[in-house]
Amino acid sequence: MKSDKRIKGVSLHIIPFSEIRDLSITERIRKILHLVLGNKVVILQGRLRVEEEIRLIEDTMAMVDHVKSFKGIELAVIEPDQGNESIVMKIRKGIAKTLVGHHNALTIIGPASIVKEIKKDPKKLEVLLG
Amino acid sequence: MLNILKRFFGAFFRKRSNIKIGFYGPPNAGKTSLANIICKDWTGESLGLVSDVPHETRQVQFREKVEIKHKNKTLVFKIVDTPGIATKIDYEDFLKYGLKRGVAKKRAKEATQGIIESIKWLDDMDAVVVVLDAGQNPYSQVNLTIVGNLVARKIPVLIVANKIDLKNVSAKKIEDAFPDYEVVGISAKKKINLEGFYAALFKLARSI
Repeated sequence: MKSDKRIKGVSLHIIPFSEIRDLSITERIRKILHLVLGNKVVILQGRLRVEEEIRLIEDTMAMVDHVKSFKGIELAVIEPDQGNESIVMKIRKGIAKTLVGHHNALTIIGPASIVKEIKKDPKKLEVLLG
Repeated sequence: MLNILKRFFGAFFRKRSNIKIGFYGPPNAGKTSLANIICKDWTGESLGLVSDVPHETRQVQFREKVEIKHKNKTLVFKIVDTPGIATKIDYEDFLKYGLKRGVAKKRAKEATQGIIESIKWLDDMDAVVVVLDAGQNPYSQVNLTIVGNLVARKIPVLIVANKIDLKNVSAKKIEDAFPDYEVVGISAKKKINLEGFYAALFKLARSI
């Protein structure tokens, strides 16, 4: 018999920038993945550094390999003032702002099995259930 | 920092040969197809298998001393083809391609390890060719993360907009997304604009 995979609700967990400011890269990633593995969609004030993003992907893959039923993550960064900018400008601003602490962005990280699509809209965030 | 020092001092001790070129990008963008053409053209042998099923390449594969001639110049490359980088791997996605459940699960497990391996190889590259499917949205977070990391590590980048042979597909979307980078539109499958690709590759090699 097939198990019922429908999700009854989604739990959002907001992390203010102050909560991760003093954490090391390992601690930041561990904190995020711990929440995501608990089926929470994490909304992080600010954005991760590019090296943290790639480390997040790396550690996520290690988790997919070891944790049954974990399929990975969906990751999106919303920046209200960067709607139609090129990737290069986004990257440049991203790198510059992460050096001084970038509070204007929101980073959304959710379990791939729950978050089907994260639509990027500065005014309206829709989290669609899978 | 280590990478910058390595590249700086490396320039004094090595002749510009066996330049390590990594082929990076999301799954199914055509990295192996392109690496195969290069290896086949210049060594007579392909590098790896290609397939419509995502994550066909699940291990880093490379060919040493690939001597490429372009307009009376010759350069020697190490061609490094890497597994596609993704944030999620679901074995059930492979089932719709007709794979058996056990095979799909094995493929998913190998794919996760392949992604980790790809990332680990990043620091070892002299330059990177980012291969994107020109028919897909270039603004995906994976693309941003890959290019962002190359910029942060000061690794020279060439963007390839692949699959321009498909209907209503051109390199334009990719060019708009990466205005500061050399973008070359090709079709690895139909061998369209390979001359343009080799010219861009030699230009990339000069920037190392």
